[in-house]
Amino acid sequence: MQFDWPILSVLIWLPIVGGLVTLALGERRIALGRWVALVTTAVTFGISTLLYTNFDMSTAQMQFVEQLRWIPAFNALYALGVDGISMPLVILTTFITPLVVVAAWNTIQNRPAQYFASFLILEGLMVGVFAALDALLFYVFWEAMLIPMFIIIGVWGGPRRVYATIKFFLYTFLGSVLMLVSLIYLYLQACEAGQCTYLIADFHRLPLGLNEQILIFIAFFLAFAVKVPMWPVHTWLPDAHVEAPTGGSVILAAIMLKMGGYGFLRFSLPITPDASATLDWLVIALSLIAVVYIGYVALVQHDMKKLIAYSSVAHMGFVTLGSFLAFELLRTHGDVRGAAMGIDGAMVQMISHGLVSGALFFCVGVLYDRVHSREISAYGGVVNKMPIFAAFAVLFAMANSGLPATSGFVGEFLVILASFRADFWYAFLAGLTLILSASYTLWLVKRVIFGAVANEQVAALKDVNAREFFVLGVLAVGVLLLGVWPAPLLDVMRPTIENLVQHITVSKL
Amino acid sequence: MIRQSVLLTIVLAPLIAAILAGVFGRFIGRRGAHTVTIAGVAISFVLSAWVLKLLLVDGAPPVNEAVYTWLVSDNIRMEVGFLVDRLTALMMVVVTFVSLCVHVYTIGYMHDDPGYQRFFSYISLFTFSMLMLVMANNFMQLFFGWEAVGLVSYLLIGFWYTRPSAIFANLKAFLVNRVGDFGFLLGIAGVVYFTGSLDYQTVFEQRELIAANTMQIIPGIEWQAITVICILLFIGAMGKSAQVPLHVWLPDSMEGPTPISALIHAATMVTAGIFMVARMSPLFELSEVALSTVLVVGATTAFFMGLLGMVNNDIKRVVAYSTLSQLGYMTVALGVSAYSAAIFHLMTHAFFKALLFLAAGSVIIGMHHEQDMRKMGGLKKYMPITYWTALIGALALVAFPGTSGFFSKDAIIAATAAASIPGATYAYWCVLLGVFVTAFYTFRLIFMTFEGPERFRTDAHGHHDSHTPHESPWVVTVPLIVLAVPSLVIGWLTVQPVLFGDYFGTAIFVEAAHDTVARVAETFHGPGAFSLHALLTVPFWLMVAGVATAWVFYVKKPELPSQIAARLGPLYKLLENKFYFDELYQAVFARGSRRLGSVLWRAGDVALIDGAIVNGSAHVVGWFSGVLRRLQSGYLYHYAFAMIIGLSALLAWYVLR
Repeated sequence: MQFDWPILSVLIWLPIVGGLVTLALGERRIALGRWVALVTTAVTFGISTLLYTNFDMSTAQMQFVEQLRWIPAFNALYALGVDGISMPLVILTTFITPLVVVAAWNTIQNRPAQYFASFLILEGLMVGVFAALDALLFYVFWEAMLIPMFIIIGVWGGPRRVYATIKFFLYTFLGSVLMLVSLIYLYLQACEAGQCTYLIADFHRLPLGLNEQILIFIAFFLAFAVKVPMWPVHTWLPDAHVEAPTGGSVILAAIMLKMGGYGFLRFSLPITPDASATLDWLVIALSLIAVVYIGYVALVQHDMKKLIAYSSVAHMGFVTLGSFLAFELLRTHGDVRGAAMGIDGAMVQMISHGLVSGALFFCVGVLYDRVHSREISAYGGVVNKMPIFAAFAVLFAMANSGLPATSGFVGEFLVILASFRADFWYAFLAGLTLILSASYTLWLVKRVIFGAVANEQVAALKDVNAREFFVLGVLAVGVLLLGVWPAPLLDVMRPTIENLVQHITVSKL
Repeated sequence: MIRQSVLLTIVLAPLIAAILAGVFGRFIGRRGAHTVTIAGVAISFVLSAWVLKLLLVDGAPPVNEAVYTWLVSDNIRMEVGFLVDRLTALMMVVVTFVSLCVHVYTIGYMHDDPGYQRFFSYISLFTFSMLMLVMANNFMQLFFGWEAVGLVSYLLIGFWYTRPSAIFANLKAFLVNRVGDFGFLLGIAGVVYFTGSLDYQTVFEQRELIAANTMQIIPGIEWQAITVICILLFIGAMGKSAQVPLHVWLPDSMEGPTPISALIHAATMVTAGIFMVARMSPLFELSEVALSTVLVVGATTAFFMGLLGMVNNDIKRVVAYSTLSQLGYMTVALGVSAYSAAIFHLMTHAFFKALLFLAAGSVIIGMHHEQDMRKMGGLKKYMPITYWTALIGALALVAFPGTSGFFSKDAIIAATAAASIPGATYAYWCVLLGVFVTAFYTFRLIFMTFEGPERFRTDAHGHHDSHTPHESPWVVTVPLIVLAVPSLVIGWLTVQPVLFGDYFGTAIFVEAAHDTVARVAETFHGPGAFSLHALLTVPFWLMVAGVATAWVFYVKKPELPSQIAARLGPLYKLLENKFYFDELYQAVFARGSRRLGSVLWRAGDVALIDGAIVNGSAHVVGWFSGVLRRLQSGYLYHYAFAMIIGLSALLAWYVLR
């Protein structure tokens, strides 16, 4: 059932307005500002669940569509809508943000009002990225989103925050500028074809030659690969994570990385299917490198956040692998079922990684707030002092290792099943994650959580308070629920993904 | 008819108990925790026994039905569901029975431990996971249970998390198991690829389809798809059931509290691999190569791991090596297609090995947490119940005619003798000589612990210790007695139907050409005759020789072992160092991986990508701007000079063109 009020606009603008209100209240009325931030994000989440409950699971069409004229000179439209791919990501965004607010409740001492405001505005912009149907609108949200994140790392970050923010900004900006060029080119092509709009759906139908497609593909690829991030354009991520405050790391890992995966599914696959089919070997190779190479790199990190950041790169490798397996399966093996399974796996992996990596960064935040160190060697035997925290940490570590009955298993399982259909060796290399992810994650657990109390700071630790318990508990429920019963998520996505597979089966040449 | 609600109660009762004891342990206290978990597993046990009775006596049809749909991806429906036939029901009864005994025993063993509630929560969670594993009707759920028991094993080996050795052992156990699971998952992926289903029934119906396919894993070499898949699945079994070369985690798992060594690392979890292969018998039967692989791996484990038990002095580790060896026997049975013998040995072994472990635990309590057998001796007098029950367990382990272990192990040896697939001769010698080895290390344990002089009275410094060992409380000895009964008689009672009768029905499939059990059955004329006949066979005399040797070495002439050890220098050292597997793995996999990770990180990420490309391009831009900046010095005469040069160059170009 659709609504007679613009639900997606509300989801975008409500948090932005809430953020501005928090900002206006200022640092002196922060007690009120906090509550504004919390209520706004909680209400936003509440409203976003209506997207799920009212979602029509029988169609691949965009739903809850809004369309207004925006910039008539360019025929740009303020067009919003969600389908089975974007809707879960919107809900992931609205789900994680209130948790970030709760986690930061009174741990941020320096300009808390501005901190909360940044996250609220960021939330609105991120929802905008997933909901935009117009490519120009998408691009505006995409770039605008960088600003609050830039500020979050730059103001509340660690000692090397300037290096990290510049690196983060330049990396992501480099990719996205080329994306803008492609979008303009696509717009001009659309005009020639008589459909003079920036609507992404029109781009999907645009006939394009192979050379054009390859150039456009490369431009998109740079933008999205940096965001995912794929090897070898991943090196901004560990630095950004290490320097970012807890909330920044959580949003970065849980949501912003998903924009890359989303971009591939929304732009690269359907707009340039033939280029994707031509260059899929490259993406698959880079994905497998991410899984194996980064797995080894994660093993030797000394910094907890860096380790989790590298683990993110490895896990996101499954997203790109699952998405691009489709072409090899379709065009080489004629295997439509396997193709959709790979994309299913990629989507589930994105949602799961959002929960798990977010939770892991929260866990590091809990420890960092107490000890003010991210070094693994500064810890040891935390379980003796923080048994409840340790239980959560072990749960999330297991989810990160892809243990069945946690969400981490579902996506990887589907992608491995699909990759076996394409090539035994893909499955073999991807399957190594079973060993590698368990190695680096559980070794981390061994050194930080288990053992005898390592030093006085650990001896002085206090277990999680009610606020932290709530955040970790909510995420734990999500991780387990999605692991034990992922069917509802798959059901929502099915028509859209089947439609996508249908679409990319047909060559544009 | 077996109702689904009954099956759900069987699995959920321990789960709910585990949650109550784990999450609300502080509120319900110690008594509450053990009451609720024991009640949970008792419910499971009673209902499992009832299900077995329904299947066996009342002739209820096997259950195969879904509980709920886990997910649907591309018409492949992945479900959580139950397949309960006689094979499953047997496993359910064994698992819940041993688990119940261990729950009761734990009250005594963990009496003073601060982690009391947590421990009960874990063992109930384990019972749930193991039941999910054996009751699965599809590969996905099998893998769920498979990994879940691995998780609980990880948590329990590291139960005393302040001990460095415990948290090393649990990480090692999990990672080695993950290597097996890696193969297992690829095997499952292969099954899905060829059959488009995860459901056992559907897959088995299409097994000929898999058999008709080949795969090129290394380009140019065609392999039977069924062989590849079966070997991959078996790699999973090798991890879980600790077969060479993935056996290294099991001895170290003894770092965990003794009750779980009995429950998880002897009776149930480690037999999951055996169960899985038996369950997959319709697939394995199609590939003789896979069966030969299974056979050779099992035989190697059975003999060579037994050898290690002969030199170890830690009472639990000796039993652990014995477990490895016995798992090898079961695997050999699988390899010669004697699946029913494998499951039969699994069952008898569950009883007598759990008994031996719990008896060892009782000794450890009596000795105030001393595990070194060199500091024991003469305990017979102080711990009579433990002694007699341990002796029963030992007799069953060495296959003394009439005991439960005799029927199952003799059947395996006979089936191996009757087998004709490649590797059978090697396997036969391994299992045959293994009998001597088993008898030797088992009675070495008995003699060193219970007989001979009382070595515990003098500690390392030579002065006398005041405490005297004492018999354990009833919560410890009652489970021993309860387990001793089936260890003694279950073989006699059930060998006819389970091994040679039609107990398993369609649950296990054997090709007529491989049917070694049928060949053994021709010579079987009732358990009494079978036992009497054994007195004339080689295995019996090897067993007697093993016991006698142990007696000479450890009772008659205790100085002999060290003399022989000195004489056999290198060989003894090889055994004492467990064939150097740990050192090899530590060097190659643990250190090698860290070194590789360091190189990839420092050379790849830090030096090449960040150093050369990312910061390098920033430096190039910086350098270039520096050059440009120098040109803009602000001095008028510099600019004038540049203009003059420019002008002359332009003019020159015009003129000379």
